[in-house]
Amino acid sequence: MSVWQDAVTYLNDPFNWTRTNGILQLLGQHLRISATAVLIATVVAVPVGILLGHTGRGGGFTVALSNVSRAVPTLALLTVFAVTPIGFGPTATTIALTVFAMPPILTNTYVGFRGVDRDVVEASRAMGLTERQVVLQAELPLAAPLLMTGVRTAAVQVVATATLAALVAGGGLGRIINLGFGQQDYGVVLAGAILVAALAVLTELVLSVLSWALTPGEKRLPFLHARTGRPVAGGASPL
Amino acid sequence: MLSAASGVVLAADAAPNPWFDPSYVTSNWDAILRYLGEHVRLTVAAVVLGALIAFPLALLARRSRYLAGPVLGLSTLIYTIPSLAMFAFVAPVTGLSTTTVLIGLVLYSLVILVRNFLAGLQSVPADVREAARGMGYGPARMLWQVELPLALPSVMAGLRIATVSTVALVTVGVIVGHGGLGQLITGGFNANFYRAEIVTGALGCVVLALLADLLLAGVEKALTPWTRRARA
Repeated sequence: MSVWQDAVTYLNDPFNWTRTNGILQLLGQHLRISATAVLIATVVAVPVGILLGHTGRGGGFTVALSNVSRAVPTLALLTVFAVTPIGFGPTATTIALTVFAMPPILTNTYVGFRGVDRDVVEASRAMGLTERQVVLQAELPLAAPLLMTGVRTAAVQVVATATLAALVAGGGLGRIINLGFGQQDYGVVLAGAILVAALAVLTELVLSVLSWALTPGEKRLPFLHARTGRPVAGGASPL
Repeated sequence: MLSAASGVVLAADAAPNPWFDPSYVTSNWDAILRYLGEHVRLTVAAVVLGALIAFPLALLARRSRYLAGPVLGLSTLIYTIPSLAMFAFVAPVTGLSTTTVLIGLVLYSLVILVRNFLAGLQSVPADVREAARGMGYGPARMLWQVELPLALPSVMAGLRIATVSTVALVTVGVIVGHGGLGQLITGGFNANFYRAEIVTGALGCVVLALLADLLLAGVEKALTPWTRRARA
């Protein structure tokens, strides 16, 4: 188990954290790229999802989109954007991740708005709410849990996927793994894997708690939900 | 290096670098087929092994709530770990081999399949099970002849999702040099951003995933003739 010792030694060396292209700098890059991608995707996909869900159009389109997006390897997307005139670097990575973050947000927003009880919509129209008010005051609070799930799924996916940017000369924590393989140093590889896995799990936990705290209505701890054994459906895929 | 520093146009800009180039495909047909073969082998092995492990796990998880908690919790944890990290965790043990990629892929397909198998088994109505028991079905025969057919839509949905995402995930295997068609993607990137090679690899993956999905959809239809009759 000397590999594990090597990994621990690597992680314990403060220099590995603070130097240029050290863990902290790569982590910052990783988070910056991920946050930008999720933010842009949210800003673009949520209004489209609301529009489609409110009018009830384009259901087939969103389902097809989320299915096809599962078949497109992230690595391919990252590479293709890197060889356009944009060139490889943070911009190409961010664009690829944005594209990747959209399907889960779009699908969940759509399903959330589609799932709002039609009686509620009718009733709020009858009470004299304008179309805008119907969307913002009646449908949005009811669709919020699913919308949040969409953003959370996308964010976790993006943080996980940003690791792959290292394979096409991008930044982020994946570089430690890539570097370790390049140097045939499995201690470094393992250290990178530990960091990346910890970041992904932490993102999932933080966002679960956050969306649980922000979601209006009945409060149930998100972790306890897991045992109902929901089948894996649209959007999420391992990265 | 010098020419780049002095601002001279790089070779990548000067030489034609089309996105689509049929001559690339024809002249590298053997290599493409080899990578495709590896891709298909890894996918099939990962999904089959995943299913073989997931099935007993789902049966166990259904048996008691105390087992369902850890099984589903652990599977959620595995699902959260990024694939590159997963391969990196396995690599120190199995080295730069297809085994490394296969273990990672099996773990992911396993997670998808356990959930869908369990959901399928749980979706069998209690009164159907009751009726079968009343007709004298033992546990094994009930599973095989009553529960599995009823769970089939969920099982097949799981197999389709697992297959499609495995096809996409194989590409990450490039980190240990066994990424199937992914080798073309990074190969083209490293060969001075050779677009035709990248696009061939990327499109190959997508087409392979869609074909596999269609194939499994056909299998599902063949296995559940009653749904067709009901719809007609």
